[in-house]
Amino acid sequence: MNFPLLSLIVWSPMVAAIIVSLLPAQPLAVPRRAAFGLSLIPFVLSLVLVAQFDPSVGALQLTETVPWMPSLGVYYSIGVDGISLWLVLLTTFLSPVVILAAWTDIQHRVKEFMFFMLLLESGMLGALVATDLFLFFMYWELMLFPMVFVIGIWGGPRRRYAAIKFVIYTMAGSALMMIAMLYVVLVHAKTGQLSFDIVTLYDTKLTHLEQTLLFWSFAIAFMIKVPMVPFHTWLPDAHTEAPTGGSVDLAGVMLKMGAYGFLRFALPMFPLAAQEAFPIIIALSVVGIVYGAMVAFPQPDMKRLVAYSSVSHLGFVMLGIYAFNRVGMTGGVLQMVNHGLSTGGLFILIGFIYDRKHTRQIAEYGGLWSVVPIFSAFFLLVTLSSIGLPGLNGFVGEFLILLGAYRAHPTAAAIATTGVVLGAGYMLTMFKHVIFGPVTKEENKKLLDLTPREIAAIVPVIVMIVWMGVYPKPFIDRIEPTVTVLLQRLERAGANQHLGDAPRALASRDAGGEGTRLASAAHDGVAP
Amino acid sequence: MHPEHAHTAAEAVVLATSLLRWIPLLPLIGFGIGVFAASTNRRSIVHITGPGSVLLAFVVSVIAVSRLWTLPAGGAVVDNVFTWISVGMLHLDMTFRVDALTSVMILIITGIGFLIHLYSLGYMHEDADEARFFSYLNLFVASMLVLVLADSLPVVFIGWEGVGVCSYLLIGFWYQDMANADAGRKAMITNRIGDAAFLIGMFILVWAMHDLGAASLRFEDLNRMAPQLGAAAPHLVTAVCLLLLIGATGKSAQIPLYVWLPDAMAGPTPVSALIHAATMVTAGVYMIARLSPLYVLSPAALDVVATIGAVTALFAATMALVQNDLKKILAYSTISQIGYMVLGVGVGSFSGGVFHLMTHACFKALLFLGAGSVMHAMSGELDIHKMGNLKAKLPTTRWTFLVGCLAIAGVPPLAAFFSKDMILEAAFASGHVVLWFIGLTAAGMTAFYMFRAYFLAFEGESRVDHHTEHHLHESPPPMTIPLMVLAVLSIVAGWVGLPHGILWGDAWGHYLAPVLASHEAHEIAGSTVLLLTLVTTGVALGGIFLAYSFYLKSPGTADRIAERFHGIYVLLWNKYWIDELYDRLFITPYVIVSKFFWKVVDAMLIDGVVNGVGVAVGKTSDVWRRLESGNVQHYAAAMLIGAVVTCGVYWWLA
Repeated sequence: MNFPLLSLIVWSPMVAAIIVSLLPAQPLAVPRRAAFGLSLIPFVLSLVLVAQFDPSVGALQLTETVPWMPSLGVYYSIGVDGISLWLVLLTTFLSPVVILAAWTDIQHRVKEFMFFMLLLESGMLGALVATDLFLFFMYWELMLFPMVFVIGIWGGPRRRYAAIKFVIYTMAGSALMMIAMLYVVLVHAKTGQLSFDIVTLYDTKLTHLEQTLLFWSFAIAFMIKVPMVPFHTWLPDAHTEAPTGGSVDLAGVMLKMGAYGFLRFALPMFPLAAQEAFPIIIALSVVGIVYGAMVAFPQPDMKRLVAYSSVSHLGFVMLGIYAFNRVGMTGGVLQMVNHGLSTGGLFILIGFIYDRKHTRQIAEYGGLWSVVPIFSAFFLLVTLSSIGLPGLNGFVGEFLILLGAYRAHPTAAAIATTGVVLGAGYMLTMFKHVIFGPVTKEENKKLLDLTPREIAAIVPVIVMIVWMGVYPKPFIDRIEPTVTVLLQRLERAGANQHLGDAPRALASRDAGGEGTRLASAAHDGVAP
Repeated sequence: MHPEHAHTAAEAVVLATSLLRWIPLLPLIGFGIGVFAASTNRRSIVHITGPGSVLLAFVVSVIAVSRLWTLPAGGAVVDNVFTWISVGMLHLDMTFRVDALTSVMILIITGIGFLIHLYSLGYMHEDADEARFFSYLNLFVASMLVLVLADSLPVVFIGWEGVGVCSYLLIGFWYQDMANADAGRKAMITNRIGDAAFLIGMFILVWAMHDLGAASLRFEDLNRMAPQLGAAAPHLVTAVCLLLLIGATGKSAQIPLYVWLPDAMAGPTPVSALIHAATMVTAGVYMIARLSPLYVLSPAALDVVATIGAVTALFAATMALVQNDLKKILAYSTISQIGYMVLGVGVGSFSGGVFHLMTHACFKALLFLGAGSVMHAMSGELDIHKMGNLKAKLPTTRWTFLVGCLAIAGVPPLAAFFSKDMILEAAFASGHVVLWFIGLTAAGMTAFYMFRAYFLAFEGESRVDHHTEHHLHESPPPMTIPLMVLAVLSIVAGWVGLPHGILWGDAWGHYLAPVLASHEAHEIAGSTVLLLTLVTTGVALGGIFLAYSFYLKSPGTADRIAERFHGIYVLLWNKYWIDELYDRLFITPYVIVSKFFWKVVDAMLIDGVVNGVGVAVGKTSDVWRRLESGNVQHYAAAMLIGAVVTCGVYWWLA
């Protein structure tokens, strides 16, 4: 591939950010329109990317490698595979949507806001496609700071607290990860080859103790990002205080960086330690699902409620990844995209209503259907998507995750399935209080329904929600080969009992006897 | 559309056609048009497309069923639409399939569905949200059709949850009253409890099938592999059957998850007729019948099914005895009647269960629509003590309602006489004498409470207040025509399943036999059958007579009895305090623990630690004030410096 498509996708938002920063700040329409128009470029390019992507290949594709600091083994090398493909598209898809949705949300320093949003997009894209550790870390940090500024400058009343908390949490994780990264590189350098190439580093020879320590260094950084309980309390504050655009990007893409980090680094680099962490990660995932859903239930603030629902949903994603079989892990990757759409959609809609009333308190609303029916209908659909209604996107991911997890740990999967009930509990309760009932507040009777601009922003999200629920095949087909490759790597490193989805003997009383592998002919494990 | 015959391994003749997809697609298109009409305020469109799309679906269903009838017994018409999910060992197709069992279901759903849509034209005429109503109703019909047309469990689940959402939306249709919204939410969440069990059941099943080398959730495969599954892992089969049963108790309003259905009466009455009587609530019975080859492998699970059915039948009937709200009476009656169906499938009479499902769809839709007609005339009044002598002003409603009451009571030769008898006979014959007796007792109560309602509402002296009296009127033809059609159906629907040896005998059972598990029929003597029939009929007539003497012949008897057995009356009146019990047992503790997690664990424990760190960093917060200078160049410079420092650190370390 000579044409640097991937680079164009990553760099075009950065260039767009610079262009926006050079434009006049007034009238406000200038930076808004410019940012929106320019953010369409990476989106269109990433559609080309999907078309170019070969679904039959599990390895990194469309790779580009340019020497950067070759003496140090640092290369500008990027590539995309089934794990990152849809996250790249989700990022470039959400960017114009968010700019359109946040059109009137941001009224001061519009130019700067657009600058940071585009910079953030570039950072997120870079982190998703970087195949060089050094490059990855650069992008990892690059996406952190614009988000801190977006929260800290354009956020709600407690924005400083939220921003500082976000920085402390993330930096703590980043520091651990950086040390671990350098350690891996240095160990690998003993072979005589200094390299930051991620795939090369996969084969670094590490002792068991090293693997364990390094795995947890990475894992904690990523667990904070996911976020997994008990490292999650930055999220409700960050989500709640961030402006709509920040919340959507945070939920849509940045939260995925944690799970992505597990798939790209922690699992393939330290396969044995990663598998040994099975009980802990599974337990924390299940705790996250139930705990997140329970804490979401009594929240009086809509954004806070959705933030806690993210804790619950990301618990599902981690559970799917740690199912260590194709069904569960593919479901986990798919659910990252689904969560980005549903939760992104929820934040966009909450942002619309916040623009009108300037409060996120559930109690300040009620009976909205009779006032703003179009808003309410969209809100209903996204709510149903969030609670995993079959036929919409959320169900497909949830179903695959739970199905896969059932193989890995039946009890955990059964407990996680209660999340289906609890999710309906908090979402429908919020929906009831906001949308149903009589209009209790006089000023709410004058609320205006969605404008054409707002409808234009939310409809693409709705279309994707329905598409991925009805016909998820194109998405799954491109995820699965990469998941298979990853599972093979894990299996080679020493399969334990959790791994794979090969048929097992059904009746335990026959265990050990002849013919207990009832259908080894139909072996469907990860190994060919 | 090129139909072609193909033989499968199981010798069943399968006819492939792209016709079937149109059955759910037509109401789905109706839904889409309804949404358009609702959002652009063009109500008149849905007058055509609402009932019209369901009528077209009915026509296509009739064509599909007639094609099925050209095939030999055990055949099926199949439409493979597209691959839905395919990953790893899992392959799920969006495939629709019409066999004998599904043919019954689609005709009920589209046929009775159309009548109820027609009725709604009259009933909802004055409602400003008519378009929204018809779009929900169309979506419901589409979902329900997916549920019964699905050829695999996960696709059933799409319809299963789809009908749940439509039910949720329609119960809360008049959303401005918070009580309606609460009832909708209660229905949805209660159903989700069942759905979670349904999901786990599917997970167990698919992996068990996978271990047998055939990872599939297609009914054909499940039923074919059922014996092997039962041999390899009998406990798994029992677990799956029980988990799916929990799913069924949610959707079909059985103990312990029935509590949502009485509240669901908050929805418009056509909704109660279509969703909460004729179709959706019978989905659990349909599913158990569909998986009958699996259920027969677990006698233990079947016994649980039968017991839940019988106990629910009696339990709900007792609560129906004292209700004063006409729709509530019908709601408890529905729970009770589905109890019979569940009892039927539980004692292995799968065709009996589905038979009662079919007849019940006719007479219960009739009764609900009759109640709706009364409501329409009485400006929404539902208390039967505030009615009386409605026969004078509402002749059509009265006659058709009477037919419905006779049909549900099991008076020969009306519908439930045959279907309820078939179930009770099967219960007796299979040795479940206790369950038979419970069912018999409930049958007596059914006759009593239905005629209590009938006598109080339509006969005797009028207790209608003057204002309402003045407005009393018979409903318009769009409402009375469905009543009359359903009344005829309620009379004749049972004739397809006559006792052995009489005319065509049990044609119903023969028709369904190829798709249902062949449960070893327990032969009982013809004289015993006759005796059982006489006993059941006697009990039904006794119930009617009791209602007559209590409420018509000597009014006041009922009050005296209520006083005499005050404790029991209070218990029934308060519905055994089950709602309050669930509240104390589950909901209140859940809320308390949730708040504890939020305010203590999250805010104090975890954030306490984080903020401890934060205080130290917070001292630098005045840096923030300077950072907020708003100058992009400063931020960019700061970031660049950060990047350079990071690079430097790397360099140095390397």
